[in-house]
Amino acid sequence: MGETILKLNNIGKKFPGVVALDHVSFELKKGEVHALLGENGAGKSTLIKILTGAYEPTEGTIEYNGKTYEKFEPKQAKELGITAIYQEFNLVPYISAAQNVFLGQELKKGIFLDMAGMEKKTTELAREMGVEINPKTKVKDLGVAYMQIVEIIKAISEDTNILIMDEPSAPLTTREIDAMFQIVKRLKEKGITIIYISHRLEELFEICDRVTIMRDGKYICTKEIRDVTRHELIADMVGRELNEMYAGGAGASDDIIMEAKDLCTDKIHHISFSLKKGEILGFGGLVGAGRTETARALFGADELLSGTIMKNGEVVKIHSPKDAIKAGIGLLPEDRKDQGLVLGMSVKDNIVYSILKQETKRIFLDKKDIHKKCSDLKDDLRIKTPSLGQISKFLSGGNQQKVVLAKWMATDCDVLIFDEPTRGIDVGAKQEIYHLMNQLTAQGKSIIMISSEMPELFGMADRVIVMHEGCIKGELSKEEFDQERMLAIASGL
Amino acid sequence: MQKKKVNLVSFLGKYGIVVVLIVLIVFFSVTSKQFLAVSNIINILRQVAVVGIMSVGMTMVLITGGIDLSVGSVAGVACVSTALLMNKGLPWAAAVLLVLIVSCALGGINGFCINALSIPPLITTLGMMTALRGTAYLLTGGLPVFGFPKDILFLGKGSVAGIPVPVIIMAVIFVIGILFMDKTRYGVYIYGVGGNEEATRLSGINVKKIKYLVYMASATLAGLAGIVLLARVNSGQPKAGDGYEMDVITAVVLGGVSISGGEGSMPFVIIGVLFMGVLSNGMVMLNIQDYTQQVVKGIALLLAVAFDRYMQNKKAKQVE
Repeated sequence: MGETILKLNNIGKKFPGVVALDHVSFELKKGEVHALLGENGAGKSTLIKILTGAYEPTEGTIEYNGKTYEKFEPKQAKELGITAIYQEFNLVPYISAAQNVFLGQELKKGIFLDMAGMEKKTTELAREMGVEINPKTKVKDLGVAYMQIVEIIKAISEDTNILIMDEPSAPLTTREIDAMFQIVKRLKEKGITIIYISHRLEELFEICDRVTIMRDGKYICTKEIRDVTRHELIADMVGRELNEMYAGGAGASDDIIMEAKDLCTDKIHHISFSLKKGEILGFGGLVGAGRTETARALFGADELLSGTIMKNGEVVKIHSPKDAIKAGIGLLPEDRKDQGLVLGMSVKDNIVYSILKQETKRIFLDKKDIHKKCSDLKDDLRIKTPSLGQISKFLSGGNQQKVVLAKWMATDCDVLIFDEPTRGIDVGAKQEIYHLMNQLTAQGKSIIMISSEMPELFGMADRVIVMHEGCIKGELSKEEFDQERMLAIASGL
Repeated sequence: MQKKKVNLVSFLGKYGIVVVLIVLIVFFSVTSKQFLAVSNIINILRQVAVVGIMSVGMTMVLITGGIDLSVGSVAGVACVSTALLMNKGLPWAAAVLLVLIVSCALGGINGFCINALSIPPLITTLGMMTALRGTAYLLTGGLPVFGFPKDILFLGKGSVAGIPVPVIIMAVIFVIGILFMDKTRYGVYIYGVGGNEEATRLSGINVKKIKYLVYMASATLAGLAGIVLLARVNSGQPKAGDGYEMDVITAVVLGGVSISGGEGSMPFVIIGVLFMGVLSNGMVMLNIQDYTQQVVKGIALLLAVAFDRYMQNKKAKQVE
């Protein structure tokens, strides 16, 4: 780790009515992996946008390689070698990996594109990272992990000095994350400085050198990662001590509320399990193991090829989400922005979206009753929104997830499937979601929880079913919860 | 200072078209003496009635993220078939009812192609537009239909308490449309389908049913508009409603309905419709020739959308 490469001095950014950054100072040393940590809304994204030139700071200066700047223009940031990789990839799906890597800086032979050259260079760059990639593959046919690799290759092909990685591990499986860490280490060896943003604290201890914590748009502290504990990081992030992350639930009763027998779709094979009243049943496994597909099959979102679903001892026919809801089964999908919410609609409309039929008096909606139901749920779930009429896309991730939850609590569903309920939301909101899940089971509702975060799964679930390649490969009772054991089953060993 | 600016931006973003309409009205009333005369105002309303009726259905279609290019041709078919049915001896009310049912069924065909055959709305309704225009000509052998009983004409030419019947029909349709979109669950579903179809499906809503609904509503209203056209011109013209789809889409988009779905509001569509009417009428008053009028209308559409995009971007930036 060497000299200071980048320094932000008292950076402020005001938006009308909001101070997004309040005199933030931040220092980056050449060749380090520097974690940027904070809850949603802490100002991380704003800071990143100032570095990439998307925003102009309202005050303060940026020092980069000894020169002082008032602000960066987007083009300038790129020329200076500052690149960001976002969760939503900026790739063109219908062209090849190599073309994506060289998008806007294509290699040419005369007036024609030098495809072979670009493909060769892409392969070389990938090998430097220790990965094999077919440069001819269209990006849409690559898995998420490879898409990310293409993004990284694209960044380093442009002589990047500072690489900003925003939640790079969010879409990846455990094994892919390990591979990504290897890549990060190689980038570091090449002298590239990395700003690493992640909500998964465990990761930071593995690959970061230092960590800077932000809260409410303010700089809190910068620490050497080896000098801090997970607990201290959380305390700094939320500004208070978080005690029990997963306060234990009420525990399951012995009554079986739902039973799946021999469910098959084109993605899952012979799935059978039962769910008890008041239980949180975890579904573990690697991404692509068929957990989401199982949830979708139960919920009628994908057509069942065979198998039966029993609810309260009776067979229920589920051919569509509508049937599932009628049978009392709700799904909080893994991708809340694409599947859980209509982002352009108000918080209120989203909450009552599934029960509008009940909320209709003769032909018109009973707006009074809707308003009452929504404001009760808003208070119960502590959804932070200026009003119920607020458009949902303006809410933070954690609050959006609460709106999805409110929507299902408004229905009479007594089996709720949570697919990755805490992905991409901050520690404080996570804890609230856990708390709400426990409240639901205490009311006698049952939960199926799909999660790729093992601590969360073990913390919340009464039992965990482990899947691998579309099949159930094992079941762990609470006493058997063990990360290594689960990984072994999940990997098909 | 900062705060004021925000308000101005959000105000113009929301009410921009209203402001422009007022400016336009002021401009024409200064340049032309007759413009603000009561008779002219009623005239404007009468002129926009047919487009106005169609725009209610089009608004619903656009909000689901679809488009309906077939409305002009549905109006054409409705126009000639009403005349033909009356010539066959059907009383006008029966003819009207039957034609509305047939129009609704034509919308059902649009819905079927989109839902069951997965043909994109643009292509589906483009095909229907061409096929139905041909049908209108086939039905009449290419010639206008005359000689039907005159009692239907009050739908186009009559007036109640000085207000033309087409204007009353338009007003009633708008009131129903506004109530439907704002006060019933189907209104919410229509926004939901346009905003996020998959999330809507996963909320237990039958998305296909909603799509059938909007295309059938759009075609039924287009049929109604065709009947009004028939009553106004007193002949069943096979070319009736030709090109109206573009006027309707222009009016709806001017009224702030997003062409990509999920956004828009019915009351503002009224403003869009009025804007088109005021613009045409004012230009006629100023003796601007027909070709120039078309150029102006086209540019008005582009400016409206450009302005809308600009405001959206500005708003988005402020929220960030």
